[in-house]
Amino acid sequence: MAAVNAVVRPRSFPSARERGSAGVTKGGILATAFMFVCAVYFLLPAWWLIVSSTKGPSTLYASEGFWFSQLHLMSNLTGLFSYDGGIYWHWLINTLLYAGAGALCATLLASAAGYALAKYEFGGRQLIFSVILGGVLVPGTALALPLYLLMSKVSLTNTYWSVFLPSIVSPFGVYLARVYAAAAIPDELIEAARIDGASEGKIFRVVALRIMSPALVTMFLFQFVAIWNNFFLPLVMLSNTRLYPVTLGLYTWNNQYGQAPQLVSYVIIGSLISVIPLVVAFLSLQRFWRSGLTAGSVRL
Amino acid sequence: MRPRRRAGWAPVMFLAPFGLLFALFFLLPIGYAIYESFLKVHVSGLGLGPGTSTTVFAGLANYGQVFSDSSFLQGVSRVLLFAVVQIPVMLLLATILALLLDSVAARFKRFFRLAFFLPYGIPGVIAAILWSFLYLPGLSPVVAALHGSGFGTVNFLGTNSVLWSIANIVTWEYTGYNMLIIYAGLQAIPADLYEAARLDGASEWRVATRIKLPLVTSSLVLTAVFSIIGTLQLFSEPQVLRAITDNISSSYTPNLLAYTQAFTANNPNYAAAIAVVLAIGTFILSFGFLRLVQRRGAAV
Repeated sequence: MAAVNAVVRPRSFPSARERGSAGVTKGGILATAFMFVCAVYFLLPAWWLIVSSTKGPSTLYASEGFWFSQLHLMSNLTGLFSYDGGIYWHWLINTLLYAGAGALCATLLASAAGYALAKYEFGGRQLIFSVILGGVLVPGTALALPLYLLMSKVSLTNTYWSVFLPSIVSPFGVYLARVYAAAAIPDELIEAARIDGASEGKIFRVVALRIMSPALVTMFLFQFVAIWNNFFLPLVMLSNTRLYPVTLGLYTWNNQYGQAPQLVSYVIIGSLISVIPLVVAFLSLQRFWRSGLTAGSVRL
Repeated sequence: MRPRRRAGWAPVMFLAPFGLLFALFFLLPIGYAIYESFLKVHVSGLGLGPGTSTTVFAGLANYGQVFSDSSFLQGVSRVLLFAVVQIPVMLLLATILALLLDSVAARFKRFFRLAFFLPYGIPGVIAAILWSFLYLPGLSPVVAALHGSGFGTVNFLGTNSVLWSIANIVTWEYTGYNMLIIYAGLQAIPADLYEAARLDGASEWRVATRIKLPLVTSSLVLTAVFSIIGTLQLFSEPQVLRAITDNISSSYTPNLLAYTQAFTANNPNYAAAIAVVLAIGTFILSFGFLRLVQRRGAAV
């Protein structure tokens, strides 16, 4: 229940008002100063990335790193998007497919499984849930190696599917879906829909999914980031650079400075371009993060 | 009340898609890794040409080799040292920041929360690439600034210092994420719980340590377990830094060793044994940690 409370219940107003009226105290100044120092630490590398992506090859090394010098943003951009036949476009689109489409499929699969585990009585239910929960603790890198060996047996390595298929399985999503469905979907509602003659599938689609929608956003975000962060799986699976996600592509460029020095600039601006949409989505969807995190920690 | 009517086939239909993929991409690879780890490629003669190598059952030979492999043992002690230092530092910082954000005294909370969380929106590989620029003499404004302020030439990539440079990358990436988990736990505490204590004249410090911290123990445990799992799997950051320093060997962490054994040394059976040992070790450590805190009476 606590999980759902945290999603639905806003903070009580008296507390918020009291916070607002707190005067400027010595402790307050100290606390703010400490947080300011930390904020500099967390933001400075990102600032360096922005500044450096505007610099040309010569000023990148020669000028003050934390400030602008000779704007070369446009030439960096055209260079980035045209290098190696515009392969950076491929990487962006691949990333969107792996992480975006992958997270969408993962969310649908996990929500159905979580709903079944929360709202139906059947033999072995607890055992199935325990096995899936154990899956949360299995490190992804431990799976990637045997997955590669298995995939090569069926000639699936170095294909889009070799990265996509393992990515749509999210045990943590099932866990979140079960916790949320158990607490948020009233049994009476399901019973009423049954009496009205709705099929089980329709009840799930029309009633359950709608009620679970905040949890679905959280599950989607978690899986999106998990796929987008998973470096090991595409590294072992893919050798065709056209199939790379952007992280793996930039990693390969980063290893090729020796042959092509201009790649330093492309790695810098390529990193910036690839993280902008995610950072924006992330920060604006923060409240879904928090609700998912609460659900995760309350029931562990 | 849960619906007592017989569920029929509906839960099976809801569970089947996820269950099938979970079996294929979680259970099967685990089983396959265990199977592979008991095999060995037996090479006769020089091992050239077809038919000179056969795969034979090796029993526990691969495991014997893992535990007597000095590069594996060095890698394990390296990540354990890393875990013992980096995880407490990161979680302490995350807890302090979460408490400050939750306290009445601090200002600009929204800005700070976003600033701390921003690095988590940057994938691990790109974060590592970004920091590798900030460690690289000649390019890094940090090295230049330290040199300019009389610290001499600081080498972030030395034999001993590079481990802590990796620790810094991990801390930068995940402090905000962990902070948000703890912060979510703090926000879920009903305010009246500590407002009474405040009225009784308890200081903000006492409220934080005596009331808030004990109530977010489960969040802290969650962050610790995830950190332990992540640290033992350390791979992307050292792998990226290998491009700019020779002080990270191909067996620097257990995962790097497994990767090298599988793809450079062409020894998948041995790599499978390493992966299995690592996964079991991770399980033992994270469950051991959970047990430990549960016995201490924490509300998990």
